[in-house]
Amino acid sequence: MINELLFMNGYGVYVLSAFSFTLLSFSALYLITKVQFIKEQNKFVAKFGSLNSEKAKSAKSQRINKEILANATNN
Amino acid sequence: MFKLLNPNKIFQVTSKAPKYILFLFVVVLSVGLTEALILSPEDYKQSDAVRIMYVHVPAAWISLGIFSSITFLSISGFIFKNKNFFLIAKSLAPSGFVFNIIALVTGAIWGKPTWGTWWAWDARITSMLILALFYAMYLISWRIYESEEKVFKITTFITILGIVNVPIIKYSVDWWNTLHQPASINILSKSSIHISMLFPLLIMTAAFALFSLLIFLMKYNTELIKIKNKGLDRL
Repeated sequence: MINELLFMNGYGVYVLSAFSFTLLSFSALYLITKVQFIKEQNKFVAKFGSLNSEKAKSAKSQRINKEILANATNN
Repeated sequence: MFKLLNPNKIFQVTSKAPKYILFLFVVVLSVGLTEALILSPEDYKQSDAVRIMYVHVPAAWISLGIFSSITFLSISGFIFKNKNFFLIAKSLAPSGFVFNIIALVTGAIWGKPTWGTWWAWDARITSMLILALFYAMYLISWRIYESEEKVFKITTFITILGIVNVPIIKYSVDWWNTLHQPASINILSKSSIHISMLFPLLIMTAAFALFSLLIFLMKYNTELIKIKNKGLDRL
């Protein structure tokens, strides 16, 4: 059964390499995008941490900034 | 209506959505792979080589769909003077480009057992390669130009030039005598594909669409955080 599935009447090498290439491309794109996201998120947290209390209060008045910080702590 | 497209409001949804989309993608992809590799029948002519269709065709469809959306969004961004349209278009481009590359590579792998060659300068294949070049130019433009105004103009110009190629890709198999087979699925007329093959193809298309949505959301969130980082610098 497994041999049949892998051999595919002699086309296994073509079929499996096409599927493997697709899945590898998906994994690479996902990882690159995730790394970029985490990098920007960490940069935001570091910058936010360096603000004085007045500026931090003003920045926190924006809902999106609060969301970014909340997501960063959840991750 | 454009108030709904306010990034501050959108982020509330886009920041939470990726984990659910990822879960749904894994489920749909697992069903799709089982159907495509095990349950679907082999073709009477191509035998098991036909299974490559389940990754090749959805990848080509989605790369064409994304490029058309990018063009629409870029032109809309200019007409309505809304930067968010450009941001959405920019976030869609990486997955569109990767799907285009997948369509080209899996097409080459499919070509070897069916046509006896990895590559042919056939109208359909060449026009898909040209689309990949337009995607590359679009993505490179975002990297090399600093000025917002300039990058909006240049990327819109690239998409307008590139969209001319989309109907050429679609109708190349009808207009010219090509090695590539004509479309088996038609929305307006009867499709020549059997339901036992159409079903896995649609599931794989849904999985690929979910993956492009996932990458789009992650990329869009990254772009929004980048803008907010610049905002913190100005404080």
